[in-house]
Amino acid sequence: MTVSAVDPMLFASLDPPRLAGSRCANCGTVTFPVQAGCAKCTGQDMAPVELADRGALWTWTVQAFEPKAPYRVPDAGFTPYGVGYVDLGNVIVESRLLGDPVRFQIGMPMELALLPLWPGPGDGQVVTYAFQPTGDAG
Amino acid sequence: MSSARTEVSIVGVGLHPFGRHDPALTGMAMGAQAARLALTDAGVSWADIGYAVGGSNVSGKPDTLVSVLGLTGVPFVNVRNGCATAGVALATAANAIRAGETDLALVIGFDKHARGAFAASPADYGHADWYAETGLMITTQFFAMKDRRYLHAHGLKDRLLAQVAAKAFRCGELNPDAWRRKALSADEIMGARMINPPLTQYMICSPSEGAAAVVLARGDRAADLCERPVRLAAVAKRTRRFGSFEVFAPWLPPDAGPSPSVDAARAVFTAAGIAPADVQVAQVQDTDAGAEIYHMAETGLCEDGAQQELLDLGETAPAGRLPINTDGGCLANGEPVGASGLRQVIDVVVQLQGRAGARQVAGPPEVGFTHVYGAPGISACTVLRV
Repeated sequence: MTVSAVDPMLFASLDPPRLAGSRCANCGTVTFPVQAGCAKCTGQDMAPVELADRGALWTWTVQAFEPKAPYRVPDAGFTPYGVGYVDLGNVIVESRLLGDPVRFQIGMPMELALLPLWPGPGDGQVVTYAFQPTGDAG
Repeated sequence: MSSARTEVSIVGVGLHPFGRHDPALTGMAMGAQAARLALTDAGVSWADIGYAVGGSNVSGKPDTLVSVLGLTGVPFVNVRNGCATAGVALATAANAIRAGETDLALVIGFDKHARGAFAASPADYGHADWYAETGLMITTQFFAMKDRRYLHAHGLKDRLLAQVAAKAFRCGELNPDAWRRKALSADEIMGARMINPPLTQYMICSPSEGAAAVVLARGDRAADLCERPVRLAAVAKRTRRFGSFEVFAPWLPPDAGPSPSVDAARAVFTAAGIAPADVQVAQVQDTDAGAEIYHMAETGLCEDGAQQELLDLGETAPAGRLPINTDGGCLANGEPVGASGLRQVIDVVVQLQGRAGARQVAGPPEVGFTHVYGAPGISACTVLRV
């Protein structure tokens, strides 16, 4: 099965999953995803950087109602999902969250994972990134 | 030149109540009604208006209102700055008066939103499609996550959110123009349907319909037009700076920075020459209950963490020491985005004029403050005085 990213820009690699950001050569600010200019110092010398795959949960919620389009409802129908920000040290990244929300706590360790979204071309699978409590992966 | 020629006062207000109305009643028609009410309140006609600014997010181009109000040739600026639209429109009109373009201006805001949460286009906010398609681009998620982070950082309990919402609905009960006029207990609010935890349905304002308008006059004309003109002592608007936690942000830097509300509030208090502690009645953006909590601190009205005691003592109710959102705010009125900031201004104006009815703050107060915040990180504040 071919796994493809919902947007190739998001990933430095899919196996193992690693997120792609950019780092400002002038002030060291790290962005996600890649962007062409620095939001802090207005510099335009941005280099690709691979982001850490582990971090700490910074805040979170649950999306309990089905969003309107352009949200894309999964083929199996909408089910509530976790959303949060994960502090990776040099950047805090917004992400879908996997795992049972009753366990979510600010500060808990999280690790990067892939979240299947919808079928891709052929028998392929389109994925996005997500974070889950560390150790949840079988 | 006397300072009265560079001062700007509000000499008339008009509100088309917010809520749900006849499906055939357009946002623009509500805007025209609010404009006429404001002109009547000021005792002037549309033909007297030398400059107009209008804001609407989804209900058409405000300057087309001239075809209804009259084709007088008046300069008319359209503003579209999200939830902060009306604040920016007010600032624009005030600056036109200060610049000598006119001595009488009309500011108008209106919107008629579909039911349910807003759906935003990623392209409108500079994001690629994945951001919305994967379910991250939803305003209420941001409200919940900023609230949770703020409550955690300052040792506040989730129940404070319900206390703020309960206060809003008690104010709505006192305001004949409010949409939600039934008081709800904190327990009822805590137990309601969960939208984005920790926020239940009554802790989040709903998109609604309505319009608001104000007439501004140069200071030397204000006394002739209005028995108790309210001076726009200062108005300031800011966009976000680096490090501010904002709606529709796929990433944040680890080091937090001040929000645009902090910057706009500091600027407006400095320009008005007063301190936040001088404020006697205030409006702050309460898109959700948590927004009222952290905006109280971001604008300088209280210290971080002091909100619990203020709510416990009822200090932010109309009878308290620091009345906030006495018309019920966004929580009890819903939010027609283009009009919301003018509703805030109108509430403070009628408080300062002593004509706020059952919700009137004792005094009446002499110093008021308003604050709007909108996506993707903009804020506009005013200081109003009599």
